[in-house]
Amino acid sequence: MIQLIYLTVLLPFAGFLINGIFGSKIKNEKIIGWIGSGAIGVSFLIVVGAFFETIALPPDQRQHIVTLFNWLSVGSLNVSIAYQVDQLSLTMALIVTGVGFIIHVYSIGYMHGDKGFWRFFAYLNLFIFAMMNLILADNFVLLFLGWEGVGLCSYLLIGFWYDRKFEKGTTGDAAKKAFIVNRIGDFGFLLGMFLIFLTFNSLNFNEVFTRANALNISTTVYSFIALFLFIGATGKSAQIPLFVWLPDAMAGPTPVSALIHAATMVTAGVYMVARCSIIFASAPAIMTVVAIIGLLTALFAATIGLVQNDIKKVLAYSTVSQLGYMFLAMGVGAFSAGIFHVMTHAFFKALLFLGAGSVIHGMHDEQNIQKYGGLKKYMPTTYKTFLVAAIAISGIPPLAGFFSKDEILWSAYANAGFIYWFIGVVTALLTAFYMFRLLNLTFEGKHRFDVHHIHPHESPKLMTIPLIVLAVLSVGGGFIGIPEIFSGEHGNNFHSWLAPIFSDAQIRLAQYGSHTHFEEILLMVISVVGAASSIYFARYIYLKNQKVAEHTASKFKRIYKILLNKYYVDEVYSNVIIQPIYKTSESLLWKITDVKLLDGLVNGTASLVELVSGKIRKIQTGVAQTYAVVMMLGIVAALFWIIYSL
Amino acid sequence: MNEIFMITPLLIISGGILLSLIVEMFYKKSEIILPWLSIAIFISAAYYSLLTAYREGVVFNSMLAVGGLVHIFYFIFNFGAAIVVLLSIDHIKKVGIYFGEFYILMQSAVLGMMFLSGAKDLVMVFIGLEQMSVCFYILTGFNRKRSSSNEAALKYFLLGAFASGFVVYGMALIYGAVGSLSIPSVSFYLINQSPSIIFIVGLLLFIIGFSFKIAAVPFHMWVPDVYQGAPTTVTAFMSTGGKAAAFSALLVVLVPVFSNLAKNNFIPLLSVLAVITMLYGSIVAIAQIDLKRMLAYSSIAHAGYMIIGLAAGNQNGVTGIVFYLAAYTFMNLGAFGVISMVEAKDNSHVDLQSYTGLAAKYPLLAAMLTIFMFALAGIPPFAGFFGKYFVFISAIEANLTWLAIIGVISSAISAYFYLRVVVVMYFKSTDSPIDVEPSYYALLGIFISALLVLVMGLFPNSIIQLISFFVG
Amino acid sequence: MIPIEFYLVLSAFMFITGVVGVLTRKNAIIVFMSIELMLNAANLSFVTFSSFLGNNIGQLFVFFVMTVAAAESAVGLAIIIALFRNKLTINIDEINVLKW
Repeated sequence: MIQLIYLTVLLPFAGFLINGIFGSKIKNEKIIGWIGSGAIGVSFLIVVGAFFETIALPPDQRQHIVTLFNWLSVGSLNVSIAYQVDQLSLTMALIVTGVGFIIHVYSIGYMHGDKGFWRFFAYLNLFIFAMMNLILADNFVLLFLGWEGVGLCSYLLIGFWYDRKFEKGTTGDAAKKAFIVNRIGDFGFLLGMFLIFLTFNSLNFNEVFTRANALNISTTVYSFIALFLFIGATGKSAQIPLFVWLPDAMAGPTPVSALIHAATMVTAGVYMVARCSIIFASAPAIMTVVAIIGLLTALFAATIGLVQNDIKKVLAYSTVSQLGYMFLAMGVGAFSAGIFHVMTHAFFKALLFLGAGSVIHGMHDEQNIQKYGGLKKYMPTTYKTFLVAAIAISGIPPLAGFFSKDEILWSAYANAGFIYWFIGVVTALLTAFYMFRLLNLTFEGKHRFDVHHIHPHESPKLMTIPLIVLAVLSVGGGFIGIPEIFSGEHGNNFHSWLAPIFSDAQIRLAQYGSHTHFEEILLMVISVVGAASSIYFARYIYLKNQKVAEHTASKFKRIYKILLNKYYVDEVYSNVIIQPIYKTSESLLWKITDVKLLDGLVNGTASLVELVSGKIRKIQTGVAQTYAVVMMLGIVAALFWIIYSL
Repeated sequence: MNEIFMITPLLIISGGILLSLIVEMFYKKSEIILPWLSIAIFISAAYYSLLTAYREGVVFNSMLAVGGLVHIFYFIFNFGAAIVVLLSIDHIKKVGIYFGEFYILMQSAVLGMMFLSGAKDLVMVFIGLEQMSVCFYILTGFNRKRSSSNEAALKYFLLGAFASGFVVYGMALIYGAVGSLSIPSVSFYLINQSPSIIFIVGLLLFIIGFSFKIAAVPFHMWVPDVYQGAPTTVTAFMSTGGKAAAFSALLVVLVPVFSNLAKNNFIPLLSVLAVITMLYGSIVAIAQIDLKRMLAYSSIAHAGYMIIGLAAGNQNGVTGIVFYLAAYTFMNLGAFGVISMVEAKDNSHVDLQSYTGLAAKYPLLAAMLTIFMFALAGIPPFAGFFGKYFVFISAIEANLTWLAIIGVISSAISAYFYLRVVVVMYFKSTDSPIDVEPSYYALLGIFISALLVLVMGLFPNSIIQLISFFVG
Repeated sequence: MIPIEFYLVLSAFMFITGVVGVLTRKNAIIVFMSIELMLNAANLSFVTFSSFLGNNIGQLFVFFVMTVAAAESAVGLAIIIALFRNKLTINIDEINVLKW
C-alpha cells in the first residue's frame, strides 16, 4: 500500500477529470456525487492500508519515498515528483482523505439540485488532489505547487455561487480578497524557498533537513528563512495580520467551509511549520514570534466570535482562533501537540460546519442566529451532534478537544511561561462561551422565526450520517493521544508516533526545566472548571436571563460595537493600505492618462497596457509596403549598429 | 547502401510526393485518399527519423547532415505535419477548399523544412528555404475565392521574396569573404582570421532574412495578416513547422559561427531583437479580438523567447530552443486545431466573442483549449513552462540575466490575453452559444497535441536529456 | 582589367534600386520585378566573386537562384491573378483589409 500512495493523488485527479469533462453531460447527481466521493473513499482506504503497514515497521524505518519520476534537473536544482510517506504525512493524509470523504458524501445531500453540482464535485476533487500533493510532497517545489493548487481551488469554491450577493459585495469579491491576501503570503513563502535553495543548495526535504542538521549556519539565515516561511503560513492559515480573508471565505457553500476553510487547507501552514521544524527550531527568535502571533490570534479571534450573529461567521472566527492555538503549539516547540490539535480540530470543526450547514439547509438559507431558536425539536440529530462538537471544542474531558488543547496549554506553560498559559486559558473560556451562546441561540429556547413561512426540517440521511460519524470521532479521537500522566507506561501514543519526525528539532531546542505532575493536573483542573463554568454562564445568560446579554451589550456599547465590527481590521486595512495606494495611483496617473482608465489599481495597469497595445497595433496599416519600410528601417538600424560596433 | 539507409526519411518524403502526384493525376477523388496517404508518409518518415537518429554523418558530398539533432527536427516537422493533416481533413471540406493538392503541397513544404534543418551548405539552406516558402505562399492563398486569403498570400509572397533577396545577397557576401558556401569552411574561416566587414554584413543580412521567417520584430509585420488570412490549418502548419525550420537553419549556421569571434558582434544585437520581439508580441496581442491574429502576435512573442536561447549561444540554449520548438509546435497546433473546429463555414467565429460560454456547451473542447492556453502562457506543469524555463536558464548561464528577467515580465503580460480566452469560455454565459460542427479527426489531432503538451510538461527531464544527447 | 570593386558597387547599386522599387512602386507586378532585380544583383555579386576567387561554386549558385526565381514568379503571378479576379486591382495600397 505504501508503494501505491501515488494513487491517493491520482484518483482525486481522475475524479476531477471525469466530473470536470463529462459532468455536464451526466445529468444524474448520484453518479457524479459517487464518482467524486468514491475517488476520495478509495484514496482513504489506501492511506489506511499504508498507515497499518507503516505502523508495523520499527520506528526508524517508517519513512518511505515513492518516486514517480524525475521532473526536471538543471544544474543543482533537482526536482522529482516524489511522495514522502512518513508519520507526519500519513497523519495529515488520514485527516484529509478521511474527513474529505465524509464531507464529499455530505455534499451529495447538501448540493442536491444545485445547477453547478458537477462543477462543485470537480472542484472538490481537484482540491483533494492539490492538498494531497501538498502534504505528501518530498520537496518544496511540489509542496508549493500543491500550496498554489489549494489556493486556486479555494478561490474557485469561495466564488462558486458567483451570481449571489455576499454582504456588501458579491461572492466574487470575497474570492478575490482571499486570492490577494494569499498572494502576499505566497510571496513570503517563495522568498523562503529561494533562501533555502541558496543556503542548502537543494529543495528536497531530506537533503535540506539533513544539511540543516549537519551544517553550521548562522542563526540570522535561519531566522530569515523561518520568518519568510511563517509569512507564507500566516497567509494560508489565516493568522494576524493576514487573517481577514477567512471570515469572508464563508461566502462559499458550507461543505467547502468545512473541508477547506476549517479542516484541511487552513492547516497547511501548521503542517508546513511542523515539516520544517528543524529550521524553526534553529531560529529561537522566530519561534517566539510564532508563539506570540498564534496566541494573539487565538485571543483576538475568540473575542470577535463572542458577538457575531452569522452562524458561519462565528465558526469562522472560531477556526481562526483554534489555528492560533496550533501556531502557539508550534511556537513553544510542541510540534506533535500542534498536529494533534490539527486532527481533533478537523473532526469537531468539520462537524460544527456541517451541522451549521444542516441548520442553514433546514432553515432555507437563513444564517442569522438571532432568527433561529428552539431548533432542537425540529432537527434532533443535528442538535445532538452539534452539542458533542461544542463540548469537544470547549475542552471538556474526555472529548477530543480536551486532550489536544490541554497538551498545548501545558506545553505553553512548561516551555514558555505562565502568561502564555494564562492567555490560552482565557481564550479557552471565551471559546466555550461563544460556542454555547451559538448552541443556545440556535437550538434551545423559543423559536424566533416565523413558523408560518419557515418549516425547519431534519436533513436527509446523506447529511446526518456524516454528522454522526464525525461526532463519534470527536468523542473518541482524543484517546489516541492521552497524556502520559493518565496512560502511565505506554506514554502518549500520538506523541511517540510522531516523535521521530521532530527529534532533530527537539534536540536543537533548549532544554526546559522539569515540572511536576501535580502542576500539570492542577492546571488541567483549572482550565476544565473554567470551561465548564463558562458553559454554564452561557446557558444562564442566553436561556434563563436574556436581559443580561442585552444589558451588558448596552452597558459596554463601545466594546460591543468594536467587537461586532471585528476591531475594524477590514476598515483599517482599507483606509491605511488599500485606499492610499488607490488614491496615489489615481492622482498620479490622472495627469498622465485618461481618467476613465482608472477603474482600480489592477484594472488601471491592465487598461494602460491595453491602451498602449491599441496604439501600437495601428503600426500594422495593412499595406504591404509599410511592412517593407519597417523591415528596411530595421535592417538599416542593424547595419549601422554592427558597423559601428566593429 | 549505407548512405541510402541514412537518408531514409528524405527518401520517404520525396517518394511520397511523387506517389501522391501520381495518385492525384489518375484518381478522381484524390482528396479522399491523399490525407491518409500523407499521414502514412509523415508518420513513417517521423518513425524512421527517430530510428536512424543514432547514425550521424553527412551525405550528398557534404551537402546535408543526417542523424542526431537533425533527425529530432525531422521528427517534429513530420509528426506536426501529420497532426495538421488530421486537423485539415474536415476543415478544408468545411471552408470549401476540398482539393487533394493541399496535401501534396504540405509534403513538399516538409521536404523543404528537412533540407533546411540538415543543411551543411548555404546552397542547401537556400533551396530548402525557397521550397518551403513557395509551398507556403500557395497554401496561404489556397482559398482562392476568398479575397482575405488572396491578400494574405500576396503580402506573404511579396515580403517573403523581399526577405529572400536579402538572404541571397547576404550569402553572396559570405561567399565573397570565405570563398566557399559550405558551413564547415565558414567556421574554419572564422578560426583562422577575424571576420572581414563583408562577412559581418553578409551574416547580418542572412540573420535578418531568417528573422523574417521566425517573425522577429521589426521583420514580423507580415505575420498577423498572413496568419489571419490563411486557412486556419495552414496557419497552424506555418506557425509551427515554418518557425521550427527557420530556427533550425539559424542554429545550423549560427552555432558553428558563434563558437568564436563573431559572437561578440552579434550577441547584443540578438539580445535587443529578443527583447523587442517578446515585448511587442505580448503587448500588441492584448488588443486583439480575433483569435488567429492574437495567436499570431503570441507567435511573435514566442519567437522572442527562443531568440534568448540563440543570444545565450551555449549548449543549454540550443537544447532549450529545440525543446521550446517541440513544445510550441504541439501547443500551437492544438490551439489552432480548436480554432479551426470552432470556425464556421464562412470563416467567422474566430473572434473572442464567439467563445462565450463554450465551456457549458462543449466542455471537452473548452478543456482542451484551456490546456493549450495555459501551456502557451507558460503555466506549469505544461510543456510551455519548461520551454521558457530552459531558455531563461541558458540566458542566466551566459550572464544575460537581464534578458531572462525581461522574459519573465513579458510572459506575465502575455498571461493576460491567454487567460482571457479561458475566462470568456468559463465565466461568461450567453443565451445563444455558437454551434460547432464536430470533427472526430480533428479531435484526435487535438487530443494527441494535448497529450504531448502534458507529457512534455510532466517528463521534461527525459526529453531534455534526449535532446542534449544529440546536441552534445 | 576592371577591378572587382566596380562590379560589387554595381551589384550593390542594383540591389538598392530593387529595394527602393519595392518600397515605392504601387503596382504589385512592378514590386515583384524589383524583387527580381534584387535577386539579380545578388547573382552579379556571386558571379563576380566566383570569377575573382577562381572557383565556380558561385556560378553554380546563380543557376539555383535563377531556377528558384522562376518557380517563385510562377507562383507569384498566379497569386496576383487570383487577387485581381477578386478585387479587380493589383494596387498594393488598396489591398489592406487585413490590418491592426
